[in-house]
Amino acid sequence: MKKLTITSIFSQLLLLIFVIAWIAPTFGLFISSLRDKDVLAISGWWTSFTTTEVNEIYRTKGNDAQIKEGEYYYIKSNLFRENKGKEIFRFGVTSKNIDEYEVGETALFKDGTEITVLENGDYIWKSQNEFKKKKGKRVFVSAKSPPSFTLDNYKEVLFQEGLGQAFLNTFAVALPATLIPLIICSFFAYALTWMKFYGRDILLATIIASLVVPLQMSLIPILTIYNDFGALFGVAAKSFPGIWMAHTGFGLASTTFLLWNFLKSLPQEMMEAAKVDGATHYDTFIKIVVPLSVPAFASIFILQFLWVWNDLLVGLVFLDKHPSEIILTAKLKELLGSRGENWEILTTSAFVSMAVPLFIFFSLQRYFIRGLVAGSIKG
Amino acid sequence: MSIFSLAITVLIGVLFFVAFFHFSNFLLDYFRVKSSRKFALENSLRVVIFIGPAFIVLFVFIIYPVFETIRLSFYDKLGENFVGLYNYAWAIKDPDFKRSIINNLGWLIVVPTLSTFFGLVIANLADRVWWGSIAKSIIFMPMAISFVGAGVIWKFMYDYRGPGDQQIGLLNAIAVALGFEPQAWLTIPIWNNFFLMAIMIWIQTGLALVIFSAALRTIPKETLDAARIDGASELKIFWKIIIPYLEQTILVIWTIITLLVLKVFDIIYAMTNGQWQTEVLANLMYDWMFRGGGDTGRGSVLAFCILIGVIPILAWNLYKHRQDQKV
Repeated sequence: MKKLTITSIFSQLLLLIFVIAWIAPTFGLFISSLRDKDVLAISGWWTSFTTTEVNEIYRTKGNDAQIKEGEYYYIKSNLFRENKGKEIFRFGVTSKNIDEYEVGETALFKDGTEITVLENGDYIWKSQNEFKKKKGKRVFVSAKSPPSFTLDNYKEVLFQEGLGQAFLNTFAVALPATLIPLIICSFFAYALTWMKFYGRDILLATIIASLVVPLQMSLIPILTIYNDFGALFGVAAKSFPGIWMAHTGFGLASTTFLLWNFLKSLPQEMMEAAKVDGATHYDTFIKIVVPLSVPAFASIFILQFLWVWNDLLVGLVFLDKHPSEIILTAKLKELLGSRGENWEILTTSAFVSMAVPLFIFFSLQRYFIRGLVAGSIKG
Repeated sequence: MSIFSLAITVLIGVLFFVAFFHFSNFLLDYFRVKSSRKFALENSLRVVIFIGPAFIVLFVFIIYPVFETIRLSFYDKLGENFVGLYNYAWAIKDPDFKRSIINNLGWLIVVPTLSTFFGLVIANLADRVWWGSIAKSIIFMPMAISFVGAGVIWKFMYDYRGPGDQQIGLLNAIAVALGFEPQAWLTIPIWNNFFLMAIMIWIQTGLALVIFSAALRTIPKETLDAARIDGASELKIFWKIIIPYLEQTILVIWTIITLLVLKVFDIIYAMTNGQWQTEVLANLMYDWMFRGGGDTGRGSVLAFCILIGVIPILAWNLYKHRQDQKV
């Protein structure tokens, strides 16, 4: 343990401020996705850990529920549809005076009927005459609401908003769009490192240059190629194979570069020895290079997978917005437009889209960081 | 599509490439045994198999499009008639374009600077405390999240309710608690750009942080200890030893974040779609790709502008690569 000095206390405090500032946005989103949608819309997420006071409107049951006891008619029920542990402390029967009565008191409706509301939401509505109206009356309550969390929002977005399908679609895009470049580029990087051929240096320079070419330069020509191709063969211009190849193209330079960097570091003698033993390049590749490259593959796989999973632009341009093709990020953007005020949908959807990256992040952080650091050494 | 048919599609897609490499090499090995003299031919065929697919992809998706986009920037909206510099002349006069250039420059100055600065400070702080690695994990986490996801997170942070209502956005809640009026942050021109940049900084600080953390470990401990024995303050050590030592790393991080910022699209598209004067080149380009049936000429000009932005970095990288090859 280092001794506590003013400098070290100051360091800890400063770092703590950074950490809180960085985690608060995500944490708020996560908590909000677990809150009841009615509460979420009217109170900040930071209030959800303590008991809060809420003002709500409920409606009593209609005449179907009435029973006759003695000479009076009664409707007895509970205001809350499901009990979430709310405690009523005041209530009212007109919108002008929403907290007129103490809980347990008897209030008088305009039509002369009487209602008594209890702490847990139970009420007794009493009338001298038979209840005629199908629709019940409004009751205003002030209640203490304890912290409560629910998975309802997740059920809703996954099964009703079509996010479940988008989730599968994203997998169907991301897995091949990660594996295909990995396969192609490992052969390519091998050739660039261990084979001698004319134009190798130019090819390598082209890769270095391609690393920084913005993908915006490719969008229009490739979209044109896809449209022409689709029209020529009568197939859809926007398809899963189309986007796999687009992602392969955009990830090719970085994947090749990272692998090339790694393969260069393998001992040359090993390759020579294999050659002397009569191994072909393919044998050497499969039996020596691939097993040695597993950690490098893991890093590159994670980088590319996260890149594709999180991509929006390529998905927008090369895939349809139809439910059977739409990816999570595009869906999320769509929801931002159409359900901009439904924070329970937005926060939950956002969290669903982040679930896989966060899982990878926390379980494979080491490889992720290794890949990033390796990629940055030359950049 | 059902999960089953999706899985089949994925499997076929991936197996196609595995099969290509396996069978082409298998065939080559098979004939090799029979005619061992044609060694040169076998070697060149092998090279073709190894680099062929990657080269085709590289050519179709990167090399050809770069030249095609430049060509299209001199053609009309359908890419049929040569119009000379017409699209460039349009861009110079277009107020959205001017706005985008100014905003992109703002992004280029603010985001790499602050991300690098925060990354460096946090890396230093985290090295001194026992819970440093947890802190680093938390600050690095946004790197795993998509820009759109981050957009939702921050839109929630910036949420605005009228002055009488309870604020559900953290920023406005803090503003109200401190006695200010709540603001619709994203609709205040000029300032809203900084609120958007904050999102990018929030994400990229993590990148700077992990790279700096790795680099900090390469600083010889003796140097630091010597400075401490000589009575140098921690702040002085930071400015006089650590910063000069990390010069190269700072440059690299700066470059990576600059490259990202030049292409920034998702955040703007998801949060404001260029409204309230937040337009940037990549978003304007996307807009023109599809606006009114699409204008490939104007879209290409805008893409080309982004490319011009990366050319200094491209040249620098190639120069460094050549230096390395010589060694």
